[in-house]
Amino acid sequence: MTVPALGKDLLGLEPLSAEQIRRILDTAEPFKAVSERAIKKVPALRGKTIVNLFFEASTRTRISFEFAEKRLSADTVNITAYGSSVQKGENLVDTARNLEAMRIDMVVIRHESSGAAKFLAERIRSNVINAGDGKHEHPTQALLDLLTIRDTLGKIEGVKVCICGDVLHSRVARSNMWGLRKLGADVAVCGPKTLLPLGLGELGVTVFRRIEDAIQWADVLNVLRLQIERMSAGYIPSLREYNRVFGVSVERLERAPHDLVILHPGPMNRGVEIDSRVADGPHSVILQQVTNGVAVRMAVLYLLAGGQPELAVAAGGAKGADE
Amino acid sequence: MQAAGSRTLLLDARAIARALQHMTAGILELAGGTERLVLVGIQRRGVELAERIGREIARTTDIRVPLGALDITLYRDDLQTVGPRPVIGETRLPNDLDDRVIMIVDDVLYTGRTVRAALDEIADFGRPARIGLAVLIDRGGRELPIQADVVGEQLTVPPGARVDVLLEEVDGRDAVERVNAPGDAAS
Repeated sequence: MTVPALGKDLLGLEPLSAEQIRRILDTAEPFKAVSERAIKKVPALRGKTIVNLFFEASTRTRISFEFAEKRLSADTVNITAYGSSVQKGENLVDTARNLEAMRIDMVVIRHESSGAAKFLAERIRSNVINAGDGKHEHPTQALLDLLTIRDTLGKIEGVKVCICGDVLHSRVARSNMWGLRKLGADVAVCGPKTLLPLGLGELGVTVFRRIEDAIQWADVLNVLRLQIERMSAGYIPSLREYNRVFGVSVERLERAPHDLVILHPGPMNRGVEIDSRVADGPHSVILQQVTNGVAVRMAVLYLLAGGQPELAVAAGGAKGADE
Repeated sequence: MQAAGSRTLLLDARAIARALQHMTAGILELAGGTERLVLVGIQRRGVELAERIGREIARTTDIRVPLGALDITLYRDDLQTVGPRPVIGETRLPNDLDDRVIMIVDDVLYTGRTVRAALDEIADFGRPARIGLAVLIDRGGRELPIQADVVGEQLTVPPGARVDVLLEEVDGRDAVERVNAPGDAAS
C-alpha cells in the first residue's frame, strides 16, 4: 500500500494534500482512546527527546503538546524565551543547533515571526512542528478544529464553516482555511472590514459583513479570539461596540434556521466575541476541541517520528501481513 | 506494490474450520472452562478468528465468552525501521482483566514480536491471572523466546516466503496460502 508520508516536518496545512490531512485525522482516532485509559501512555516514542521551544507566551498549546508527548512516552524539555539564552541575543538557529548538539529528535516551535518554523526546519535535522508562527499558520489548531467538526457532524465535505473575527491577524484562520478547503468544506469569514484580509473573494471564500447573515448561512462558527490590543491599534472602536455588532449571542443564534456548532480556539474573551451562554451552551464544542487537541498532536508526533518517508512507504509491503 | 510471488494453498476453508475446532478445545482445556476466559484477537485477522472461536464455544457450551481486540501498533519496537503504520485499529478490552484468563488469538505466529508487544499492552490494562497464546498457524522463525499454547497448524516456512491467512469476513474467502519470494529478479 502506498501511503503518502508526512515528510520531516509539519509547518502548515498549505503544503499538505487532502489525503495527508485525512491520514492525520484518522490516526488521531486511536490516540483519543489512549487518553481514556487508566494508564494513559503508550511506548510508541520511547527514547525520543522533544524540545518545546516557545518564543511566545502560550499555555494551552504548550500543555497540549506536552501531554501528547508524555502520553507517547517521549522525553520532553520546555524552553521559553523568558530567562533563556534567547534573551541574551542568541539567534534562533544557534539555539536550535545547540539543542541538536545535545541529540534531540524533534522541536515544537512557536515564534512571533511568520516563517520561523520553516526557517528552522531547513537548518536542522530534527523534525520541526509549527505550533504557531506569526500570522502564518497554526496547523495543529486547525487539525483539531477539523477533527472536532468531523466528530460532531460526521463529515467535513460540504459543511459550511464561517470563521468569525480577526481573520487578518489570525494564523488559526489561515490554517483553517487551507484545511477546510482541501477537505471540501464551504468557507466564509465574518468580521469588521478592518480585520479581514483583501482578496478573499477571489480565493472562493465568502465574506459576510454582518454576523446575522453568517449565522443564517453557516453550519459551524469558528469564533476567533479578539486580541485586546487591536483596539488600541485602532482596528475596532471599542470592545463593547465589537460585542454589540459581532458578538455571538444566544439571541442571534436563536434566529438561525438550524443549530450551529460553535468552535473557539481559546482563550475566550467572554462577553466580547462570544457570550458565556453560547460558550457554555449545548452547541459549544470548545472543550471537545481541547480534548481532540491532545489526540491530534499525538498523531502528528507519531507520524513524524518515523522520520523516513521512503522507508515508511516501502515497509507497507516488505514486512508482510504475517507479522 | 511488491512483485507478486507464486502462491501455494496450504489450508482450504474446511481445514481452517477443523483447525479452529481443535483450537477451541485446546483453549477451553487451558482456561479450565469458560468461567474466567476472555478471548483477545490481535488486529486485524486475529479479531475475526477470536470471534469465530467465540461462536464455536457458544455453539458447544451455550456460553458467550467476552471478546476483546488489540491493536499493538503503538507497542511495536520497529517504528525506527519501518516507520509509522498507515492505519491503527481499535483496541477494546473488557473493563476488568484482573484474575481473568486471557487467550491472545492471532493468525500467524512468526518472529514473536507482535506477541511481545501484545503482552506489554495487556499489562497496561490490568493483571490477568494467566495469559495464553492461540494461533492458527505457527510458521516457525522465532526471534524471541515466545511459544504458542494452542496451535491450529504447525508449518515450516523459510524466512523469504510469506504466509497469508485469508478470511471470509475480510478477504471474501477462507484460505491459508504461502506466497513464495519472487525469484531473484529485483524489480
